[in-house]
Amino acid sequence: MKSDTGTTTPDADSDTDVDVSAACAVNGLVRAYRGADRRAVDDVSFDVRPGEVFGVLGRNGAGKTTLVRMLVGLLRPDDGTVRVAGADVTGRAADAAAHVAYLPQAESALTDMSVRTAVETTARLRGLPRAGARAETADLLAELELTGLAGTRVGKLSGGQRRLAGVAAALAGGRRLLVLDEPTTGLDLDARRAVWRALDRRRAGGAAVVLVTHNVLEAETVLDRVLVLHRGRTVACDTPGRLKERFGGLVRLDLSWRDAPPLSPADLGGDVRATGNRWSVRLPVEDARRALDAVLTGAAYAALDDFGLAPPSLEDVLLACDADSGREESA
Amino acid sequence: MIPMITSIAAVHSAQLGRARAGGGAVVVVATVQSLAILALLRGVGGTADAGARAAVVSGAVLTVVAFIAWNLLAQRLAALKAGGGLDYYGTLPVRPAAVVLGFCSSYAVFAVPGVVLTAVAGMALFGLPFAQVWVLIPAAVTGAVAFGGLGALSGLGPARPETATLAGQLGLTAVMFAGLIPPGPLPGWVAAARAATPLAYDVDAFASALTSHPDWPGIALRLAGSALFGVCCLALAARAYGRSLNR
Repeated sequence: MKSDTGTTTPDADSDTDVDVSAACAVNGLVRAYRGADRRAVDDVSFDVRPGEVFGVLGRNGAGKTTLVRMLVGLLRPDDGTVRVAGADVTGRAADAAAHVAYLPQAESALTDMSVRTAVETTARLRGLPRAGARAETADLLAELELTGLAGTRVGKLSGGQRRLAGVAAALAGGRRLLVLDEPTTGLDLDARRAVWRALDRRRAGGAAVVLVTHNVLEAETVLDRVLVLHRGRTVACDTPGRLKERFGGLVRLDLSWRDAPPLSPADLGGDVRATGNRWSVRLPVEDARRALDAVLTGAAYAALDDFGLAPPSLEDVLLACDADSGREESA
Repeated sequence: MIPMITSIAAVHSAQLGRARAGGGAVVVVATVQSLAILALLRGVGGTADAGARAAVVSGAVLTVVAFIAWNLLAQRLAALKAGGGLDYYGTLPVRPAAVVLGFCSSYAVFAVPGVVLTAVAGMALFGLPFAQVWVLIPAAVTGAVAFGGLGALSGLGPARPETATLAGQLGLTAVMFAGLIPPGPLPGWVAAARAATPLAYDVDAFASALTSHPDWPGIALRLAGSALFGVCCLALAARAYGRSLNR
C-alpha cells in the first residue's frame, strides 16, 4: 500500500503488494534487542527507486544502523520483509549480496590490505574476473583520487583517506543498491566532492543509494527523499522540499551575543536553543517580526555580535520531527 | 555465489597482507619459541633414545603450526568478529566456508618458514636422519588443517573475544604438552589418552617418520585422522560464522 509520501505501509496482503520496480522495498520491519525497553526498529516501511538517493536521518540511537543492517541481511528482523530487486532477501546476507554493496561505519576487515588489494579483492569477491577487477580498481582509485595511495596499507591512512578507501571498495563490483553508513565522515571538502561525483555517476546509471548520515547540511543537497527515524519509528518520509514545506510558516532566527544576553529566551517566544552565546529559535513569521523588534532596539542591539534570518533547514525539520514525536509519546 | 576456489583464493591473498602488517613479528616469536625449547631440551635430553628425540623435534615443529594456525588465527577472527570486520565478508556473495578456508590457508602459509627452520634445526641438533623428512609436508598440511580448524572454531564460536583468546592459549598449551613431552615416560593411561587425542596425531606421525623404522601404516592412519578431525572443525567453524551473520 502506497501512502502519499511514497512510503509503503504494512498490509495484510503485503506479499501481493510488492513494488517490483523498486530497487528495494522494506515492509514493516521490526527488531528488538534482548533486555531493551523498546524496539530498536519498530514497523518501518519504505521503498527506494532506481536512481534515487534515499537518506536515513535520526539522532544517535534512533535505529538507523539496525535498519540498514537488516536491509543488507546482516540482521534478521523479528517481523517484516526486505526485498531487493524484487527478491525476498530478509535475513539472508548472501542473497542480498548479489545486488547490494554495504559500507559499514567501521571497516576493520580492510586495515591490513593495501588500498589496491582492498578494492580489487572486493571486486573479485563480487564476481569480476581478475583482469576486470584490476581494471575496475584502477578506474575507482582514479575516480576517488586515491591512485597515489594505491600501495599504502589502509590501516596506515588518515581517518578520511581510510573512509575513502572504504567507499572505493563499496563501489567495486557495480552493485545496483549502495547502502552507505556515513560515507563522508572525516573527509575533507575535495574528497567529499569526489565521493558525491562518484555517487552521482552511479545514480545516473540507475543505481539506488541508501545513505545514513548525521550531516544534515550535506544531506539537504544530495538526498531525493528522507526517512526520519525517532526511537526506532518513522516520523517522516518525504522529499527534503516537502518536509520543509510542513514548516513553511516558520523562519529561523539566529542570534550571537558578544557577552551575556540582555534578554531572556522568553522575550523571543518559542523554544530557544542556546549554545554558549548563540541562540537559535524557530518562530512563525509574525512572532519573528516581534522578536526582531525586541532584538534590534536599545541594549539588546548593542550587545549583539551577529544575527540572521533563514527559512527552515532540514536540520530544523529533524528537530521539529523529534519534538513532535516526543510530545506524542509523552501524551 | 562466487565459485568456492575463487573466493578462497581472494580471501587468502587478501589476508597475506597481514604478514606484512605486523603479523610477521609474531610469526618470528612462534619460531624462536620453538627453537629455544629445542635448544633447552637438547641440553637436558640430548642423549635420550631416538624415539624420544624424534618426538621432541616433531612436537616443536607442530607447536609452530599450533601457535600460528590455532592461537593467532583464533585471536584474529575473534577481533574481527567483535569489531564488525566480518560484516565485510558477510555482505559479499561468498560462502562462509570459503571465508574460513581463506583465513586458515593464509595463516598456514605464515607458518611455513618457522616449520622448515624448526625442523631442520631440530633434526641437526638431535642428530636425526633426514631421509624421511618429506613426511614433514603432509604432517604440516594436516596439522594446519586440524589446528586451523580449531583456531577458526575458537575464534568464531565464542561470543566474547576474551574466550577466543583463552581457547587459543589453552590449545597451544595442550599441543605443547602433547608434543614436547615424549610419551615414553608418561603413565600408561596418560600416554594412551594422549595418543588418542587428535592434537597428537601429526606429532606422532612425523616423530615416527624421523626414526630408523617408520610405522608407515600408523603414519598414514594418523595423518588421515588429523585431516578428518580438521575438516570437522572447519565445518563447525563455517557453521558458527554463518550463524553469526544472521543474528
